[in-house]
Amino acid sequence: MSNILVNAPKTARRGAVIEIKALILHPMETGFRPGPNGRLIPRNIIERFTATWNGTEIFAMDMSSAIAANPFVSFFAEANESGTVVLRWTGDEGFAVEERVAIAVE
Amino acid sequence: MDRRRFLAGTAAVVVLPLAPAAATPDAMAEAIRKVVGSATLTEGRVKLEVPPLVENGSTVPLSVSVDSPMTVADHVKAIHVFNEKNPQPNVFSARLGPRNGKAIVGTRIKLGDSQRIIAIAETSDGRFWSGGADVIVTLAACLEEST
Repeated sequence: MSNILVNAPKTARRGAVIEIKALILHPMETGFRPGPNGRLIPRNIIERFTATWNGTEIFAMDMSSAIAANPFVSFFAEANESGTVVLRWTGDEGFAVEERVAIAVE
Repeated sequence: MDRRRFLAGTAAVVVLPLAPAAATPDAMAEAIRKVVGSATLTEGRVKLEVPPLVENGSTVPLSVSVDSPMTVADHVKAIHVFNEKNPQPNVFSARLGPRNGKAIVGTRIKLGDSQRIIAIAETSDGRFWSGGADVIVTLAACLEEST
């Protein structure tokens, strides 16, 4: 049920610093909002986003309820070797989704 | 049920939705202290960018950039963002390293009110740097009825 949009260059010069942008569809329900029945809607957020490059973690973010719905994250990475960037989102209600991006370094 | 008890009951119901205490500047200071510990916090090197005037608090673009060479010897280890008036003081904590090349992180956040937002960067030498920005929000997040 998840939709992911990743923006990263397919190729990069060795040593270049590239930007990786990732967006995932998710309600990020804060747990602080009353529903139609007056009771608080239970929290349902993504708690953690990580990025690995050929298995090595290069970036991680712990999120809170203050991250907007459909979380967007952008960060930079040094392109040292061709390989796969794995982006992973985990959170409430057993949410765990992965997206792979291949980047060729020349 | 007599009238007095009924009134007391409704009063309790009315008060409840206010119960989740909002973060205050004090709560933010406390959350920052938890991250920084006994180290000193120096203002500078951190640039936090948000639009100064926001129409819709439920999605506000935010970016934090830290002046750092991002080498193995001298890099940013973590970036934390805090707010004053949302229900919780924490916004996010990001972990970085020399592999990032640039210490820049962007995301979109929710703001429940006009307030000051502060970003704190921890550098590899164990020092902490801060930078902040004030935002005016005309329509807050979290208040709209869900349908």
